[in-house]
This record gives sequence, C-alpha cells and structure tokens, in this order.
Amino acid sequence: MIGLIKKKLDVLGPFVGLLFVFVIFVFLAPASFVSGYNLKTIVTQTVIVGLGALGMTFVIVGGGIDLSVGSIIALVTIVTAKMLNWLETDQVAFVWLAAFSAIVVGALVGLLNGLITAMVRIVPFIVTLGMMQITRGVAKWLAREQTVIAPQTILNNLMNVDPEPAWLVFAPGVWTMIGLTALVYFILKYTVFGRYVFALGSNEQAARLCGIKVRLNRIWIYTLCGAFTGVAGLMQFANLTLGDPTAAVGLELDIIAAVVIGGGSLSGGEGGAIGSIIGALMMAILRNGCNLVGIPTYVQNILIGSIIIGAVAVDRLKHKT
Amino acid sequence: MTNNEEKKIILSAKKISKRFPGVTALEDVDLDIKSGQVHAIVGENGAGKSTLMKILSGVYQHYDGQIFLDGQKIAFKNPAEARQAGIAIIHQELNLLPHMSVAENIFLGREPINRFGFIDYNKMHTKTRTVLGYLKLDIPATTLVSSLRVGQQQIVEIAKALSLDARIIIMDEPTSAISEQEVAILFALIKDLVSKGVAIIYITHKLDELYKVGEHLTVLRDGKRVDSCLLAGLSRDDIVKKMVGRDIGNYFVKNHQTSQDVVLHVVEMSLPQSGQSTRFFLRDINLHVNKGEVLGIFGLMGAGRTELLETIFGLHPEATGHIKIAGHQVSITSPEHAIAAGIGYVPEDRKREGLILSMSIAHCVSLACIAQILQYGFLSTARENRLAAKYIDKLNIKTSGIAQNVETLSGGNQQKVVLAKWLATHPKVLLLDEPTRGIDINAKNEVYQIINQLAQSGLGIILVSSELPEILAIADRILVLSRGRITAEYAQQEASEEKILKAAIP
Repeated sequence: MIGLIKKKLDVLGPFVGLLFVFVIFVFLAPASFVSGYNLKTIVTQTVIVGLGALGMTFVIVGGGIDLSVGSIIALVTIVTAKMLNWLETDQVAFVWLAAFSAIVVGALVGLLNGLITAMVRIVPFIVTLGMMQITRGVAKWLAREQTVIAPQTILNNLMNVDPEPAWLVFAPGVWTMIGLTALVYFILKYTVFGRYVFALGSNEQAARLCGIKVRLNRIWIYTLCGAFTGVAGLMQFANLTLGDPTAAVGLELDIIAAVVIGGGSLSGGEGGAIGSIIGALMMAILRNGCNLVGIPTYVQNILIGSIIIGAVAVDRLKHKT
Repeated sequence: MTNNEEKKIILSAKKISKRFPGVTALEDVDLDIKSGQVHAIVGENGAGKSTLMKILSGVYQHYDGQIFLDGQKIAFKNPAEARQAGIAIIHQELNLLPHMSVAENIFLGREPINRFGFIDYNKMHTKTRTVLGYLKLDIPATTLVSSLRVGQQQIVEIAKALSLDARIIIMDEPTSAISEQEVAILFALIKDLVSKGVAIIYITHKLDELYKVGEHLTVLRDGKRVDSCLLAGLSRDDIVKKMVGRDIGNYFVKNHQTSQDVVLHVVEMSLPQSGQSTRFFLRDINLHVNKGEVLGIFGLMGAGRTELLETIFGLHPEATGHIKIAGHQVSITSPEHAIAAGIGYVPEDRKREGLILSMSIAHCVSLACIAQILQYGFLSTARENRLAAKYIDKLNIKTSGIAQNVETLSGGNQQKVVLAKWLATHPKVLLLDEPTRGIDINAKNEVYQIINQLAQSGLGIILVSSELPEILAIADRILVLSRGRITAEYAQQEASEEKILKAAIP
C-alpha cells in the first residue's frame, strides 16, 4: 500500500512542483498573468523545449545524453527555409514536403549520433558534443552565415498564439506537442521498444543477457530523438519565420533540464513523457511570470538553476526512504 | 633465524567470528603468526580465508573475538591503520589505477612531500626503482600501469606491499596471474623476507607451492579452523582430506530420471585469451548434457567455469568449436541466438547481470520472452501480470505483489525471479552459474528443489558451483575443470570430494 502511494507520488511530484510555481505567480504577478491570452502564450512558449524534451526522454531513460539538439534545431530552421525557397510554391502539399524533409534531416543527425555511439563505442557525451559543433557548422555553411529569408506559408501559423482557424484555441504547435506527448507515453509504456529503453538505461549488461539487441535499440533511440528535435526545429522556424543558423544556442541544456525536472535520471532507467513536458512548462511559467513581475533575467537564471538542483535533490530523498 | 625458538608470535587472533546476513563466514577461529615464518592458509572456496584476511588487514571492522599484535590488543578502524601497524595485504584482485604510473600507484595515499608541500617525484621514483630492482622487474618507475601485462601488474602490487616495510605481509593467491619465472623470483623474495624476520601469510589453492615456501599450515573449512600444524611430514592427500568434508545441512531427496537423449552437445570448444594465440581460457572442451540431467561442473577460481557458460551462451563469439541442441547444429554468437536455440543462463552476479533492480517482478520476468505478452503488437499488462503470477506461484516467490521492485526482495527470492525469467522462455537447456551464492540456507534448499523439479520436467541443466557438497548432492554427473581443460569426469555414485578436489588443483 505504501509502495503504491509512493508510486503515485513519483508521478505527482513534478506536477505538485508545477502547481506550486503557478500558484506563487498567481499571487505575485499582475492579473494579466492568469489572462487567457497569457496562459496561451505560456503553453506556446513551452512547445520548442517540450518537443525537444520528448525526444530527449528516450535518450535519458536509455542511459544516454544528447548535446547536439540545439544545433539540430538551428539546422532544421535553415533546411526548412531553403526547401521553401527552392520549391518556390505555397501549395500546401509542397510546404508539408519541406517540413517533412526538415524533420528527416533532424532524424539523420540523430541516426549518426546513434551509429557512432553504438558502433565505435564512444560515450554519448563526447559523440553528441562533437556533433553539436558539426551540426552548427553545417547550418552556418548552408546559410552562408546569414539568416535565410523564407516565403510566407502556412508553417508560420504553427506557433500563432491566436491561431487560424480560431476554434483551435491553442497554436497548432501546442496540439502537436500534446499529441506527441501521448505518443511518447504510449511508446514507453506499451511497446517492446519502450520497455527495452528502460532495460538498457537501467542495466545494459543484464539487458544484453536477456537477448536484447543493445546496439540496434541505441541507434533507434538517438534517431527518434533527432526526429522529435526536428519537429521542435520546425516550430522554431515558425516562431522566427526564417532560417537562423545561430538559433537555439544552449537550448540543449534547457531541454535536458526539462527532462531532469520531470523525474528523468541521468544515470538512466527513469523518466517519462508527462514529467518532461511538466518540466518544460515549469520553466516557461517561471520565465513568463518573472517577466510580468519585472524580475530581472539574472534572478530567473538563479531560480531555474535552483529548481533543477532542487528537483533532483527531492528525487534523491524520495529514493532514500 | 634458523632456530625455531627465536621465532616469536607477533600476531595472534583469538576466537574470531564473522557473520553476514544468512551466513556464518568464520566461527571461533584462532590463528598465531610467528615472525620469520611463512604461514600458509588453505581451504575450499568459501571456507573463510579471504574474510579472515580482510579482518586482519582492517577491511572489516565488525567481528567477534580479539586480535593481538605484539601482545597488545588492537582493533583497526580502516586498512590504513593496519598498514601503519605493519600489516600489508596483496589482494587477489588487482587494486591498481591503470592511468597512473607505477610509482604513483606504489605511493598512492602516502606520497612523499617536498618542503613546498608538493609531491616529491624524485624521492618517489628513487624509492620505486629500489623496490622494483629488489623484485627484478626491469621497467621505469614512470611506466603507466595500463601498459603492463597482468603478471607485471601483480608484481607492482607486491612492490606496493614491500615498500611499506611491513612486518606482516598477507599474500592472497599471489601467483594466480604471473609466469613461472616471476613465481621463482617471488619465492626467492619470500625466503629473503622471512630471513629478515618478516611474517608472511600465504593463501593458495596450489598445493605444490605450499611445499616450496610454506612452513606452517592452517586449514579452514566452513569458517572453522580444522587444523593448524607444521607442514613438514604432511602429504598432499593429508591436506586434501583436511580440506573436504563440508556440511550443507539439509540434503534433499533427488528423484528425477535422466533420459538417454542428448539435449546439448559441445564439441571441441576453445576460447583463446584476447590477443594471445597461445593462452586459453578454455581448451578443447567436449561435453554433453542429456534431457533431465543435471551436469555439475566444478573448478577452482580461474579454472574457466564462468567462461564456459558464457561461451555456450554466445557471449564470446571469438570462441571455436560447435554446439548442437537436440541433435541440430546451431550457430550461437550472441545471447539472442542462444535464447532462440533454447538456452537460458543464470549468471553468477545476479544484481549486476541477472536482474534489472529498478524494475518490478512482472517486468523482470517477461524481459527475455517479451513476445509472449504482446497483444495486437503491444505490451499487454494483463498478460504480463498473468505470466508473473504464474511463476511467483510455481517458484514460491515471497513478495508483496507483482508490482514490487526486485531490488527490495531477499537474495533467494531475487534468484527465483532470475530463474522465472528463464523458465518463461521455455528453454531446453539451463545454465546455472553459482545459483546459490549469497543466499541463506533455506533459500538454497528451495533452489535445489527447483533444479530437481526442472530436471524432472526434462530440462538439461549445467550447474557450475564452487561448493563441493552442493555439486555432489545435486549433480548426476560431475566434470572437473582445471586451467580451462576438463580433467576428470565422475558419475555421482563414484564421485567424492577428495577425488574432485585432486582433479581440480592444478
């Protein structure tokens, strides 16, 4: 019985933290904080980190790390802009082709991460640290170190706080995030691959002795992370309405932080889709609330840093008892 | 110091007992160590030798009984205190830091300091050269340990103990990894040390070595001191007789029938040591297991027991030879292939290799046969729970429920979960590596019963064990491994502890 309550607490922990942060700002911040428009803004601001965190959840639960995701986002904005320019049309089918190819590019970088990690057996920290630089370099090269102007298309609507048509209420990007959260939750809980991700991250040697194909699954994990980051990159493009090779510098750390705040363990075997999204939401609320109250950014940095450490410390304490 | 009377007792242990949860490792053991003497300690695996040495060298601080050094009662709080008191230990497993130099390793934790408070490398290297010269190891003091052969690393380990100017040096199987030449140098060194009044406690499995260096002998069995006497006049057979005769308490009733159908056939299997074509972990292994048979494999530490099971299970694709399952030749180069061919493997270290501790019982049980719990291509919680419940019931796993994490189970119940995981794959052959290690006596008996039932249901079982009474009680047939080769085969009726141990000692 106590075990059951503890299990529920594990799921609820990040959620309680989220509620706590929200309630604090309800009191501190001006009334506009709880206005419909501002709440919609907050969830829209969650989308990019949230989508990245969904992909990162696979990697971190599987006992790895991916530092290249910020650069992948930049590369994806460039590829999307270039594709739109090249196709020279605003026909919906072609616009989606451009979007799709951008996601494929993200997945390919992830595939490369996975192949090197699994086949050459270099630790993922190093592989993705290198890939972070390489991908950023490729993005700058493709863009000739400038922003890439793109034609006006329906992609720009993806991150509109007041989307068209109005009955959507939230930006299409928000719905994408919600849908993909459900998908990741399902994959981790109800597919063989998801179960293997937990097994690999918890104890690779034991997993191997159970006949699990360790390398193949690792390659899948990084490829999936790349694809999810590709979707995040598409949202970044929609936000900017152009391709920017210097976009999302350092964003990989926000993404990793979201997963960790949501209960992911960097030693693997723990974490989940809903927790990761809550982590991303918590950071977005904090930033938005602080801005409304007029708290300077340096205080925001200190607060977010404290939350990252605090979340993990609480987790540690829970595990001890 | 040739006269016996000049040798006085410097270390004396009285009525030492040490209990671990579920096991008594040592019981009322007395030990007197005299200066200028090599005191050999022998006993089977698990007799309590290493535990006793860990107490003497300060690794374990909690025990019953008293230790006297020069007549003074002592109680070390940590290994550093023991070192300061002049007791050094050369551990069986190497405790060196591979990315540091030989000198840095030898002086780790007690680096000489110059007047500016920095490490005095000159002094450190000079001292290192002296001690290496003493051991005739011709390498620079700055060599990285990672670039040394295992044998050379063992010598460095010995150098570390020597450089402490210890009065008592404990050597736990120091020759297990070194060449004959190096053994000769070590023995010469031991003689030299002894002539200077140093006391050596020498633990070994190799009886030949005893006669070369030993003077006094203590035999341990089941954590008790069986005998302590001068070595002179004792024959090999006398010593083996003293070592055997352990008691595992409840013997269970064996009632399975061995069939004539061969289920596993291993032909000419060899496993070279990595990068070496002349040294082998396993050499020309031929064996077969019948349906419903328990084949016991006994070997001392380093005989290749675990390697044999690992190779059959596909963990060493570089091995040569072939494997037949139920008459069909199969190619097994990975655990996946092995599982597909109908083999299950319960590894020696259940926490590191057998289980995923953070998972629930249900998740652990289904891990190797996940296809069975799929419904429409997705994991079915209902099917998974049913599978787990079936084996919890069948193997009598004591748990608060299928959702309990295996981490919180007792050792015996954890081992049953590992067994459940493999039984769920419906194997034809089950490989068991020390299945009762570290579990209490009742759980052991339960595991024996399970093995018996499995054999009865037609499984072929290979049981690797370093406990002679266990293997004699459960196995239908016993193979003895020594240095990677099969040196003897006995049917259960003709086997005895003495015969097996003789064949196992290299």
